[in-house]
Amino acid sequence: MSSPLLEVKNLSIRFGGLKAVDNLTFTLNKGDLAGMIGPNGAGKTTAFNLMTGVYQPTSGELLLKGKSILGLKPFEICRKGIARTFQNIRLFKSMSVLENVLVPALQNVQYSDIDCVFQTEKYFKAEKAVHEKCLHLLDIFNLGKKADEEASSLPYGEQRKLEIIRTLATDPDLILLDEPAAGMNHSETHSLMETVARIRKEFNLTVLLIEHDMKLVMGLCEKIVVLDHGVKIDEGNPARIRSSKQVIEAYLGVEVEA
Amino acid sequence: MFNAFKTPIISALALLAVGVGFYFGVNAYVQLTLLYVFINLLMAMSLNLVNGYTGQFSLGHAGFMAVGAYTSAYLVQQVPSFTGFALWFFLLFSIAAGGLLSAIFGFLVGQPSLRLKGDYLAIVTLGFGEIIRVALVNMDFLGGPRGIASIPSYPALNFGIFEMPSFLSTYLAASFWVLLCFFVIWRLVRSSRGKSFLSVREDEIAAEAMGVDTTATKVRAFVISSFFAGIAGGLMAHVVSYISPSTFTFLKSVDSVIMVVLGGMGSLTGSIVAAVFITTMPELLRGLQEFTGVDLRMVIYSLSLIFVMILRPKGLFGGTEAIDLWRKYVKPSS
Repeated sequence: MSSPLLEVKNLSIRFGGLKAVDNLTFTLNKGDLAGMIGPNGAGKTTAFNLMTGVYQPTSGELLLKGKSILGLKPFEICRKGIARTFQNIRLFKSMSVLENVLVPALQNVQYSDIDCVFQTEKYFKAEKAVHEKCLHLLDIFNLGKKADEEASSLPYGEQRKLEIIRTLATDPDLILLDEPAAGMNHSETHSLMETVARIRKEFNLTVLLIEHDMKLVMGLCEKIVVLDHGVKIDEGNPARIRSSKQVIEAYLGVEVEA
Repeated sequence: MFNAFKTPIISALALLAVGVGFYFGVNAYVQLTLLYVFINLLMAMSLNLVNGYTGQFSLGHAGFMAVGAYTSAYLVQQVPSFTGFALWFFLLFSIAAGGLLSAIFGFLVGQPSLRLKGDYLAIVTLGFGEIIRVALVNMDFLGGPRGIASIPSYPALNFGIFEMPSFLSTYLAASFWVLLCFFVIWRLVRSSRGKSFLSVREDEIAAEAMGVDTTATKVRAFVISSFFAGIAGGLMAHVVSYISPSTFTFLKSVDSVIMVVLGGMGSLTGSIVAAVFITTMPELLRGLQEFTGVDLRMVIYSLSLIFVMILRPKGLFGGTEAIDLWRKYVKPSS
């Protein structure tokens, strides 16, 4: 445990007069399972977009393994080890389940178009390896049987799962999950919690997730960052957050003396 | 290594057999139609890589075709003394040079404009096609509006024991380019790496977040596509022996788009079927014209397009290949 995996320092972004994220500072260590909560419009997804290069921050620093990742494009950040899911599922809908996982997996495999056209030894080796890897990933999550089905034909919960598998295929160090349990019923949420805990252990990952389901966040995360109006209002373990005055005020409003 | 060439060689032999059959079986008019089919095949397949697989909308394919055609025609004019084998091989080289120049143009146009999306890209590529055409009208050393006439066509090849007629030597070269185009694009899009083309079409933001360099992917598709459009142009210059700026109008680009849409966006075999259909149908209907006295060809042509769009809105083959349908419905076991 030398330097932290991800350091977010004084990160801010303005959209015109609106400070969507204001002076956000927190760190993630390797192996953390952290949550980010806050009322609607608090700037959680914007913070994710900043961390993955979709938006460029107005000011602040962003360090991954001690190196700045500011100014990099989303695909470069992805290759450096941060992968994410989306609040509204963004699968490659008309491609098969397996193909959805192949796309990210191949960004790390190097063979050229020439190898591909002449179908050299290298091409076959790389193809075989990457297919095996992807099928293995799908098998871990019991989606192996559905590898050839169209992604949009999967039930909602499995589409969410597939999005998570897709992030794993990029060989990430850190995955950012944007409301993974949104729209899920109780049992689906439960199995998702197990999945997240499991992949973190098996793949040696660091996870940061946005979630509105407090039961999920409190039960799963060891560390929680709370945002409100773009500002971090508190940070700490679930017990601390649960009793934090600022957090309660942000969610429920200020208590009025009767 | 041999395995990689097995299917192409078998396909080449099959095509050759078709060519020989055409040579002995039908008249020169039908033979010429077959060569037009090949040119349109190149146009449709290459455009499908951009419009179908990568989901970008290019309307400037005729511009790239013009670049290839003029390059090749100009180069051949520099060596008037070449005949026989020397000419045949020189044409191979000059057409390739036309394709390369066209690919360079594709890169130059694609690099800035592929950051645009949808309609905007269509406008830029449309503009590119028109710029090329207008530029050609004003280039005197390329014939200006009169174009280039009496471009050398493929020569008959004398093998000693027998002489290969001009049609077959043209056909040989055309088959070579069509097969090259088909197998390059086929193998690219069917490989896992080629899935990044599709991912750009499906969801650009997600593709970018999954480590796909979307701009580079689009430019790659555009460059490969314009290369083969240039090849198609070069081939046409030597099949028709005459090119002028008015050959490469906006309508030519639209023709290619129609073939891609009709065959199915993202189906190479669909493009083949559509190119064959669209090229041969107006010719087949010529007989009808004599019978009715009026030219009904365009009416039938447009009606058939409308019907296909109503009955199969995603194109004849949708996004699947003929071979996948075969495996799914005809021979599920193998």
